[in-house]
Amino acid sequence: MLPAPFEYHAPNTMDEALGLLDELGEDAKVLAGGQSLIPLLKLRFASPAHLVDINKIKDLDFLEERDGMLRVGPLFRHKSAERSSLLASRYQVMADAAPQIADPIIRNRGTIAGSVAHADPSGDWGTVLLALDADLVLRSRSATRTVKAREFFSGPFSTALQPTEILSEIRIPAARPQTGGAYLKLERKVGDFATVAVAVHLQMEDGKVGSAGIGLTAVGPQNIKAGQAEAALRGASLDDTTIKEAAALAAEAAEPTADQRGSVEYKRNVVRVFTERGLKRAYERARGGG
Amino acid sequence: MSVSQPITVTVNGDRKTAEVEPRLLLVHFLRETLRLTGTHIGCDTTHCGACTVLVEGVPVKSCTMLAVQADGQQVTTVEALAAGGTLHPIQAAFKQEHGLQCGFCTPGMMLTSIALLQEKPDPTDEDIRWALSGNICRCTGYMNIVKAVRSAAAQMKAAAAVPAATAAARS
Ligand SMILES: Cc1cc2nc3c(=O)[nH]c(=O)nc-3n(C[C@H](O)[C@H](O)[C@H](O)COP(=O)(O)OP(=O)(O)OC[C@H]3O[C@@H](n4cnc5c(N)ncnc54)[C@H](O)[C@@H]3O)c2cc1C
Ligand code: FES
Ligand code: FES
Repeated sequence: MLPAPFEYHAPNTMDEALGLLDELGEDAKVLAGGQSLIPLLKLRFASPAHLVDINKIKDLDFLEERDGMLRVGPLFRHKSAERSSLLASRYQVMADAAPQIADPIIRNRGTIAGSVAHADPSGDWGTVLLALDADLVLRSRSATRTVKAREFFSGPFSTALQPTEILSEIRIPAARPQTGGAYLKLERKVGDFATVAVAVHLQMEDGKVGSAGIGLTAVGPQNIKAGQAEAALRGASLDDTTIKEAAALAAEAAEPTADQRGSVEYKRNVVRVFTERGLKRAYERARGGG
Repeated sequence: MSVSQPITVTVNGDRKTAEVEPRLLLVHFLRETLRLTGTHIGCDTTHCGACTVLVEGVPVKSCTMLAVQADGQQVTTVEALAAGGTLHPIQAAFKQEHGLQCGFCTPGMMLTSIALLQEKPDPTDEDIRWALSGNICRCTGYMNIVKAVRSAAAQMKAAAAVPAATAAARS
């Protein structure tokens, strides 16, 4: 399979890349890891006239905690997330998700930012960022704006990104003590997209839930933030009743459709079970265990 | 409109220059432009890993990368392994342990394994299975592939130990 013809640009700086996007508008697509875009080009589901490859731009492959934020650069790849000791110790929902994305060879190239920009409702990173209450920095030649993850996704494969913008940084509130997370994913086989997955991020304060983030994958037209479940947890102590209530609310927030991976009832039930398990695991971790 | 552009890729140690259309995939550049047909196309949809090559030492699905993206980079294909006509330890081990039947997946399996062994010279079976989880084999049932990688690891470690042992004996 061969993509339709296009012109290829490999700028060396962000300014150059933004200039190209500004000039080319709708006719251009950003190329990051290429692990979603190149398959789409080959199937001719997309046939942009121009590709702007950002891989030659220096300093876009970063992960760092600075000024109260965890910052993720546009070329930070799944593989690096999988191997990061910082994520393993402080951002477990990310550390859990990384090795469950696609397969090891795809993870060598694919990026977190590319996944989020791609906005596949079955993609995992968007859900993780919803649970973490992340901010996305969108940069164009003339302006930089910050959009909340929960306002970023607007439907299957559609987001707040303009054709002239690059997702230039993902910002996550820095983990404080007593933070724990978990990502649970049901897949038919290793390397498959999720049948259902649930992201949980918990911040405990004096034995109570300070804040809770819950995201759902593959059970709706986009990654879903289970806001009512999050609200029910805030300020509560995490006993079995609270956990069950929150899990039921998360299951209600899911809008699954039936397909070869499972029925509506089945998927909704997996959301419930995974939310329960995810909350328990995140709580354990927030208290310094597992 | 699509204009051909010049690229220079170091393939198996040789600098290769060519004019290519940007839409040319790396796998086609290797197989058709350079006639290195050891790299196979299985699924053509980024699922099977048959087309795996090393780009700067890292396993990549060459059906999911553009040839122009490899400009200025080092690419290693299966053809590099039996340099000088001697089988690479991974090839010898796949042969010895029956790590292949039809052989279609084998170039990708071996290149992914080599990258694993570079990083972890002494992998556990779990490490091997995990590293190879993006490479699909329709014949062997994988058991002998895992065995082959384990055996290659032992061979390569023994070979690496020889100079060290010689040096130790001398001192
Ligand atoms: C077989 C297979 C299995 C997979 N399984 C999973 C899975 O289980 N879970 C999962 O989450 N994903 C999965 N993926 C997708 C994979 O994670 C991709 O790496 C990811 O979706 C896209 O990231 P990328 O860097 O490769 O982006 P690209 O393919 O380069 O780009 C994807 C889209 O995002 C845009 N884009 C990329 N970066 C930016 C940026 N910085 N700013 C603005 N726009 C940008 C591009 O223009 C394009 O529209 C799978 C893919 C394959 C082929
Ligand atoms: S041919 Fe490239 S992954 Fe199957
Ligand atoms: S040996 Fe035939 S596909 Fe692996």
